[in-house]
Amino acid sequence: MSATTVQGTRAVALQRQRRPALPVRKVGSYVLLAVVAILVAFPLLLALSYSFMSESEIATFPPPVLPMHPSLDNYQKVLGAIPIGRYLLNSFIVSTAVVIGQLVTASLAAYAFSFLVFRGRQVLFFLFLSTLMIPWEATIIPNYMTIRTLGWLDTYQGLAVPFMATAFGTFLLRQAFMQIPRELWDAARIDGSTTLRFLRDVVVPLSRPALGTVAIYGFLSTYNQYFWPLLITNETLMRTTQVGIAQLRFEESLRWGLVMAGVIMVAVPTLALLVLGQRQLIRGLTAGAVKG
Amino acid sequence: MRWTARDLRSLAVGLAYLAPALFIFVVFVFIPLGRTFYLSFYNTRSTGLVTTFNGIDHYIDLITSQTFRSGLVATGLFALYTVPLGIALGLVLAVLLNQRLRGINIFRTMMASTIAISAAVGSLIWLLLFNPSLGLLNYVLSLFGVRGPEWLIQPAIAIIAVSITTIWLTLGTNIIVLLSGLQGIPEEVYEAARLDGARGVRMFTRITIPMVSPSLFFLLVVDTVAVLQAFTQIHLLTRGGPVDATRTLVYSIYLDAFQNFQFGFASAESVVLFVLVLVLTLIQFRFVERRVHYQ
Repeated sequence: MSATTVQGTRAVALQRQRRPALPVRKVGSYVLLAVVAILVAFPLLLALSYSFMSESEIATFPPPVLPMHPSLDNYQKVLGAIPIGRYLLNSFIVSTAVVIGQLVTASLAAYAFSFLVFRGRQVLFFLFLSTLMIPWEATIIPNYMTIRTLGWLDTYQGLAVPFMATAFGTFLLRQAFMQIPRELWDAARIDGSTTLRFLRDVVVPLSRPALGTVAIYGFLSTYNQYFWPLLITNETLMRTTQVGIAQLRFEESLRWGLVMAGVIMVAVPTLALLVLGQRQLIRGLTAGAVKG
Repeated sequence: MRWTARDLRSLAVGLAYLAPALFIFVVFVFIPLGRTFYLSFYNTRSTGLVTTFNGIDHYIDLITSQTFRSGLVATGLFALYTVPLGIALGLVLAVLLNQRLRGINIFRTMMASTIAISAAVGSLIWLLLFNPSLGLLNYVLSLFGVRGPEWLIQPAIAIIAVSITTIWLTLGTNIIVLLSGLQGIPEEVYEAARLDGARGVRMFTRITIPMVSPSLFFLLVVDTVAVLQAFTQIHLLTRGGPVDATRTLVYSIYLDAFQNFQFGFASAESVVLFVLVLVLTLIQFRFVERRVHYQ
């Protein structure tokens, strides 16, 4: 009859009340999240599903969601219809070249903007940032003419060189370089290390995450380009993935299963990059939004 | 202040490091921008060769052109349909994803997946969804007793179809940016509001929205600029049609320059595009940043 027993039972009762409430809410959250996530990714999941369907199955009514007889036929057919392997190779060559170019030009520039002191630095920095306000589409006519004059239509350099500098990447690397302790710089100077060697041996290794962000961002945006490669490539073998698969859309008879197989093959590399480099990508996307 | 020999030497060293990037910017950004302005005052041959000075005639043609005016309307509608809805949807999903749950990262990756999807890939998938006979969209609508429209054939609907595709394509970016904004809100702010009796919707409108306003405004500008630059969705879904209903500014530049070979006129349109983007970015830099709440 003591007070402790009463308190004890009340505590147990309270616990009982609280315990079941929590998992129910959690399960609700999970269900909601799962439903919404599937809805958002639905177009992509549907493309995957359609890529395993025959054309006759796609044409049935009501429109099917899952393949009855999944087959890899469409993947085989798309390889025969368009040189998709070559498109992927072209896109990889161009995107990799852009990434390397951007990493080199942006690290050199960011280094000047963070470690070197010189008059006119501020003005030049604003000049770099001003390129962010100039839409590529507004300069596309003269750029097309430049590439044509250089004889760079249907070439890798025509696809890659115009994008080898990045104001955004320079800005991002500058932020990272400024985190590096000044003492390292002073020590290097006393050691008689040249600035270029300091950049290579100290600054670059210490800034790997930021360099990763610039690389992933550069790769993704180049790989996904459409307008520019559409303009400056004409030869089938010089097309990039995006222009190449979109070409299927303008064929006489649209074979949807085949298009979706192409879509999946083109999207897989970027989706893999998203999964592997999510953290770097998020850092890049949010750098502009959140004040550092 | 006079430039000393030492100033000049240090500038030379600095410029040496900036040279590679600066070279690319000068050749592919600054000079082309100047040439766009220059070309907009000239007539050209179909090869792009400049022939005669034209003064501001291209600009006068622009103002009086029915196609151009309806193009601006299409661009405005496109932005109006896409940007507010895309940001609102992104915010709702970001709030949903801003929970501490085991395995939440799987859902975040799934919902952010459109970041990695190119406009070409997204457009091809939506082209199938909008298809009147094969597409799932109108079938689902019919289940609710709604007779789906001919998405890409009716002028007023086609711009909505392009907008839906664009909302989906930008959703991933919107979610990521807003989620990181939400994660920046300190727990104490919520605690304090809760002690004051704020709950649910009130908490959302009074605390959450003001606290993520920097991200909201960032997206407002970035998404609007992206809509102004959008080309792929329009090219693959509607090719500017039907009857110019989706002929936005960028698509007009493409058609006038690379289909009709009127480079001078298309350059005048490019100048308009440049000015619009410039104004939007300046608003972001100058005006908005000051008014928005920062912690």
